[in-house]
Parts: sequence; structure tokens; C-alpha cells
Amino acid sequence: MDIQEKIKEVITNHEIVLFMKGTPDIPQCGFSMAVANMLKLLEVKFDSIDVLSSEEIRNGIKIFSNWPTIPQLYIKGEFIGGCDIVKEMFEKKELQKLLDDKKINYKK
Amino acid sequence: MTIKQEEIEKLLKEGFPDAEIEIQDLAGDDNHYAAKIRSSSFKGKNRVQQHQMVYSALKGKMGNELHALALTTEEK
Repeated sequence: MDIQEKIKEVITNHEIVLFMKGTPDIPQCGFSMAVANMLKLLEVKFDSIDVLSSEEIRNGIKIFSNWPTIPQLYIKGEFIGGCDIVKEMFEKKELQKLLDDKKINYKK
Repeated sequence: MTIKQEEIEKLLKEGFPDAEIEIQDLAGDDNHYAAKIRSSSFKGKNRVQQHQMVYSALKGKMGNELHALALTTEEK
């Protein structure tokens, strides 16, 4: 399976998946940490992929999403955005609305 | 790798001739910027698409010479 197919499989099989630098507990970049922290605040279950563990995934996800930076958040197969977009959506409660629309439980 | 604020501004003006553009050098290191862009070209696009248009105007520099650009895009 090539990397693009692998990524497609990952985002299809995980309800919420964050491609980030490091892990939610030990993030390696402030932007990745910010998105992980917002998801933690909402108390949603999410999986994360550490792009620093694989150069193939790190480049592959940028091509897959047509998005040049990390982190990248996917919810139910849909690309939501990077740190700026997720932050703006969180502050405007749009992220919470999206979770409602997608029937995903979070802390209200 | 770094990039000068004038160069970002030039690329954005070429990409969005009608835009109001504000750029801030956040750390004074030519590497971490914030940009606010208001342009009519964003009309009818969602945020992901708007940011993709900005990245495309920056011609591959985002994520390379330009490490961090906090983006806010708005329709004009």
C-alpha cells in the first residue's frame, strides 16, 4: 500500500485523528500542543499520529491534504484545518457545533 | 531559514491584488509571522480553501523558508 492509501485508511478508520509533532502528552511544537490541548479541553477521544516518527507520513500528509504545515486535524474523514483554523473554530464555538453535527460526544 | 516581511507582503499582494493585508513579525526573527488578509477572492470559500489560496500565493515557502504564519482570512 502506498503512503497516500495508508493515510486515507487512517483517517477513515479513526473518528478524530490529529497529525502532530510529538504526542498529546509530549508535544514537540507549540502549534501541535495548542490543538491537542483544545481537544483535551473538550474531552473528546482522539488518536494522534506523530509525524516526526516517519518522514514518509510527514511529507505524505502535506500532499494528501494540500496543506503545508503540521498539525492537521481530521474529524470523520473530513479535513478541518491546522492550528489557526481549529483555534478560531474553538473560540467561536464552531468546533463544538461541528462535533454536535457529527454526533461526537464532548464536554459541554 | 528565514524570509523578510517585505517578501511575504509582495507575494500576497501579487496573489490578492485587492486585499487589505496586515503582517506582524511576532518574534523579530524573520521566521514567525501573523497575517490578516481581507480579500474579495475569498468569497464563497471555506476557511480551509481560503488558507490554501494563501499558501498557494506564497509559492511553496510556507513550511519551508517560512516556519510559522498565523493566518486570519476574511471576505471583503
